[in-house]
Amino acid sequence: MDKIFIKNFNLYYDNFHALKNINMNIKEKEITALIGPSGCGKSTLLKSLNRMNDLVEGCRIEGDIFIDDKSIYGNGYDVTLLRKRIGMVFQKPNPFPMSIYDNIAYGPRIHGIKNKQKLDQIVERSLRAAAIWDEVKDDLKKSALRISGGQQQRLCIARALAVEPDVLLMDEPTSALDPISTAKIEELVQELKKDYTIVMVTHNMQQAARISDKTGFMLNGELIEFGKTVDMFTVPKDKRTEDYITGRFG
Amino acid sequence: MRNRFDRELDLLNEQLIEMGNLIESAIKTAVTALEEQDVELAKRIVEKDKEVDNMERDIERRCLKLILQQQPVARDLRLISSALKMITDMERIGDQASDISEIAIRLANVKYVKELVHIPQMAQATIKIVKDSIDSFVRKDTELAKEVIFYDDKVDELFDIIKDELVDIIREDIEHKEQIVDLLMVAKYFERIGDHAVNIAEWVYFAIEGEHFRY
Repeated sequence: MDKIFIKNFNLYYDNFHALKNINMNIKEKEITALIGPSGCGKSTLLKSLNRMNDLVEGCRIEGDIFIDDKSIYGNGYDVTLLRKRIGMVFQKPNPFPMSIYDNIAYGPRIHGIKNKQKLDQIVERSLRAAAIWDEVKDDLKKSALRISGGQQQRLCIARALAVEPDVLLMDEPTSALDPISTAKIEELVQELKKDYTIVMVTHNMQQAARISDKTGFMLNGELIEFGKTVDMFTVPKDKRTEDYITGRFG
Repeated sequence: MRNRFDRELDLLNEQLIEMGNLIESAIKTAVTALEEQDVELAKRIVEKDKEVDNMERDIERRCLKLILQQQPVARDLRLISSALKMITDMERIGDQASDISEIAIRLANVKYVKELVHIPQMAQATIKIVKDSIDSFVRKDTELAKEVIFYDDKVDELFDIIKDELVDIIREDIEHKEQIVDLLMVAKYFERIGDHAVNIAEWVYFAIEGEHFRY
């Protein structure tokens, strides 16, 4: 089933045409990777999925994006609800300067959950889902700034999961991490796919090849090719894709 | 932009051509040794087969190194994985040329039951497709690869002719049955060499087109 449907989507930053007529179906509970050179629009496309671009001045869109068949740019769509349904993880781990526990409980509290027992449950469930529970369970009061970068990134994933989203957006989630932390996140992402639809921007093509089901290649704001990852990395259809992934681009 | 990688791929190409030349020459020499009943020549091929085996190992090492260091994708991935498969067939061709030479040594002092006509023809046909299969790789020529695949029918036809001929002879001439079985083996080896050439051509087709050849 299609979780996300991007239809004739164009995005402008003032006069700059950043996304050009993107059409894309993203299946539920699959990992979709977006690849392409810097400035190609992949992060912009990712941010369009939870309307983060709304915050950018001079940003204008045409076309539409549907999540569960509902237009997210349509009138009356609750953006706060949208961002609850769509979690986001960034390139650099960005824990809040507070305890591990409070980082996770932050979102649920904003959404009105006050009950201590309920919050305890959410914290444990989220940390377990992000494969970091065993490493931090004995010291949940510890500042989140005092754990390692790899742990912080998993904490951020746990924080995103705490509000029970159904889509997880990841913008180069491992580019600031060492190989072991990267491997842990990659394992985790593949586990999370059982319950979540994941869209990930990555500069690491081997990572896209390793963990994604579908890959989209973007160039100059266009979606050049979108298809099964295995096909894309063995028999790409477009010469520009071939040139880019084989490193003979430009 | 990936100059070093491209240079490595060129070297891989060159090694494959070199291995191709080795096996082509092995088949040619094997049939000459058989025709001229030249024991020394035949022995040399058996010796030379070690070189083919070593080349297979060298190419395999290079491919594994490229996979490790360059993490190839798309056409590079197909090229390197095809090369890995091709060398297995090439090595088998070398073995079969060596097997033919061993029979040539055994038959060096006998008088042939009849003049060898179809076996040299079969040898020519297999040499042609082995050469063409390697050329199709070097020139990235799918048309030539397809020709190899179809030309193998001619090798198979020749095998059937030789088999029928030898069956006829064995009916009359029970005395030379061992020689006749040996000659049938030679024909069978050439027929197998043809099949390996077809395999090579099919890998070339895959490397270029990204899908397997469909008959």
